[in-house]
Amino acid sequence: MSASALISTVDVASVSLLEPPEWRADTLRRHAEGSRILTLFGRRLSDRVLVTTAFRKPTGAIELTRALIGPDGFRALTPELPELHCFERELHEQTGVRVEGHPWLKPLRYEGQAQAAMNAYPFYALTGKEVHEVQVGPIHAGVIEPGAFRFMCHGEQVQHLEIQLGYQHRGVERMLLERAPLRLAPLVETVAGDTSVAHAWAYCAAIEALTGCALEMETEVARAVALELERVAMHLAGLSGIAADIGFLQGATSYGRLRTSAINTTLRLCGSRFGRGALRPGGIGMKLPPEVLDEVEQALQLLRRDVPIVNECFLGAETVRQRLRGIGVLSPASARALGVVGVVARASGLAIDARAQMTEGAYALAPIELQRFEEGDCWARMRVRVAELDASLGWLEQAVRAFPSWQRPLEPIGALPSRQIALAVVEGWRGEVVHCLETDDAGRLAHYKVQDPSLRNWMGLAIAMRQNEISDFPVCNKSFDSSYCGHDL
Amino acid sequence: MSALKSLRVLLSQGKQYIPDLTTAVPKGFRGLPVIDSEPCEPGCSGCVDACPTAAITSAPVRLDLGRCVFCSACVEACPRGKIRFTSEPKMGATLRSDLVIGEGQEQMMQLRASAGFAKLFGRSLKLRQVSAGGCNACELELAAIANVNFDAQRFGIEWVASPRHADALVLTGPLTRTMKDAVTMAWEAMPEPRFLVAVGACAISGGLYEHAAGVDRAFLSSVGPALFVPGCPAHPLTMINAILGFLGIR
Repeated sequence: MSASALISTVDVASVSLLEPPEWRADTLRRHAEGSRILTLFGRRLSDRVLVTTAFRKPTGAIELTRALIGPDGFRALTPELPELHCFERELHEQTGVRVEGHPWLKPLRYEGQAQAAMNAYPFYALTGKEVHEVQVGPIHAGVIEPGAFRFMCHGEQVQHLEIQLGYQHRGVERMLLERAPLRLAPLVETVAGDTSVAHAWAYCAAIEALTGCALEMETEVARAVALELERVAMHLAGLSGIAADIGFLQGATSYGRLRTSAINTTLRLCGSRFGRGALRPGGIGMKLPPEVLDEVEQALQLLRRDVPIVNECFLGAETVRQRLRGIGVLSPASARALGVVGVVARASGLAIDARAQMTEGAYALAPIELQRFEEGDCWARMRVRVAELDASLGWLEQAVRAFPSWQRPLEPIGALPSRQIALAVVEGWRGEVVHCLETDDAGRLAHYKVQDPSLRNWMGLAIAMRQNEISDFPVCNKSFDSSYCGHDL
Repeated sequence: MSALKSLRVLLSQGKQYIPDLTTAVPKGFRGLPVIDSEPCEPGCSGCVDACPTAAITSAPVRLDLGRCVFCSACVEACPRGKIRFTSEPKMGATLRSDLVIGEGQEQMMQLRASAGFAKLFGRSLKLRQVSAGGCNACELELAAIANVNFDAQRFGIEWVASPRHADALVLTGPLTRTMKDAVTMAWEAMPEPRFLVAVGACAISGGLYEHAAGVDRAFLSSVGPALFVPGCPAHPLTMINAILGFLGIR
């Protein structure tokens, strides 16, 4: 078991299988009682579709419910719970199940046969005098991933942004079922390559939970070191990007070079600047001998010393505040309704962070405080990242001192048990990464659901862009910093 | 006040650039693999079986850098320690076949500098990057060649925003079916002379996604890369040195 990730393992037989109307009412009731929906997904079983829903109760416990949906489909939950829009769209796209009354049942990422219809995406059309539309993408002007954006404008003002994704769809989930379940780490690490560690941890934790493999505290801490270094590096990359997008070049170059220090530290630990190979089922692929410990401590000291100097220059500049405050606002009410997670949620006042409330494992060693702002604008999202960067660096300094050397063989992993479900949640730098694995009667993987936080956050960007100008889009997009491939899978 | 803050950043920054990119070796990097010539254990195919991308063939052991994701599963699987990864980042090649490393081979084949391209682009090379299923790791490493550490601009190598301004198309990712049209359009929008660079295991061979349902590599059967840059992701030094070798820049 991995105590530093949120884990739930259950017997398939013990999960209540509800009738569709009952399942619908139960979902609404749980939500009203304060449970947060972690994921909703399904798979086809001949003429029916098995839907699984996972909730996080206010107590922190994770609970699952299931329903078998027949050929008649089910009445969409999205009208009551807009946050489910993406899950129901995905479910419809992946299984063909009928979702009655969904207000926005558009393709999510064009899987399978649907790929051919990509150019016929049914964009929302804005009509009227002085109305115009601007299409950007799928190829963008930078060295970044592809996705298409259509701005519907009245004069200079964006009335709505519609985001068409799916250009990065490779077919990850299907491949995860085609390969040996214990050897999926390299593939999982590329679900979203800038989040390799978080995805790898969710995968490893789920496999370990299924097979009853217990890890030493030292291993837990080592994994969290890799995860926090990933967070530090990507928050620095994000800050560098925001600075570049508002033309504050000193911030862009300085945060950028600090990121180099962070990823080169990860490189020293595992041989890859992106944490490839850092985690494997049963343990870690990292080493921390004394000579490397010195280098890691020096790098952390440098970051602790230099990041505040750049912060002071960047955050203290009136021009930066002017450019980011009040831009791209996602109100707390919208954030809650859309079910956004991670940095985006915390910048709009929501207290969601899987690392908080950890009473055991690596984060109990030195608790990380949840960083939250209320304004929901580009400035707030940037401030969350600055604050988290600082918190992670503080945690890292304590953690590497607590276990000043690691080198441990992998714990043996037994065969997967039959008919079990393991759900793992890891707080990656963008937000919660959710992996849910289910085994069949023979102990093979029957389903592998991967969920990057980006799935839930892209719509937040679309809503935040309303009443802004197109020229604010780059900085808004960077402040959300969602993943294209993590969404497209 | 703000000028002082700015000055403090400058002082803390110091000099960040790597003076000689051709000899720089990233400490701890899992780079160029080397295969010893000592014989395998009879009947052993541990490395071949362990490889997630079918990059290894046995008797004699050969490793295809165009497929390798540098996961080191082969190292752990070998009972004789025949395979090890060095920190060498120089792995680029102009011929696909040069990416296959044989037993006892300690370095890559010399990059064949192209005299025509060297004359055209040796002092100014504009690159347009397109990701088609890339996981954002190669993309971040490619963007990094222009940062203050690697500073590829010193050689006149720069990223540009439009294919119309570009001399080379730098492709990452296994080529998703949904990006096929866009990649083709970007290539056709580029003025000649132009060339294609494939970066990372995904772009070179499909890598982990060779047989993925959403991948269609037909574009690469009509346009062949002139330069291959291995890695998962490719390190900025691998990319820069591949270009320097290809254009004969010293």
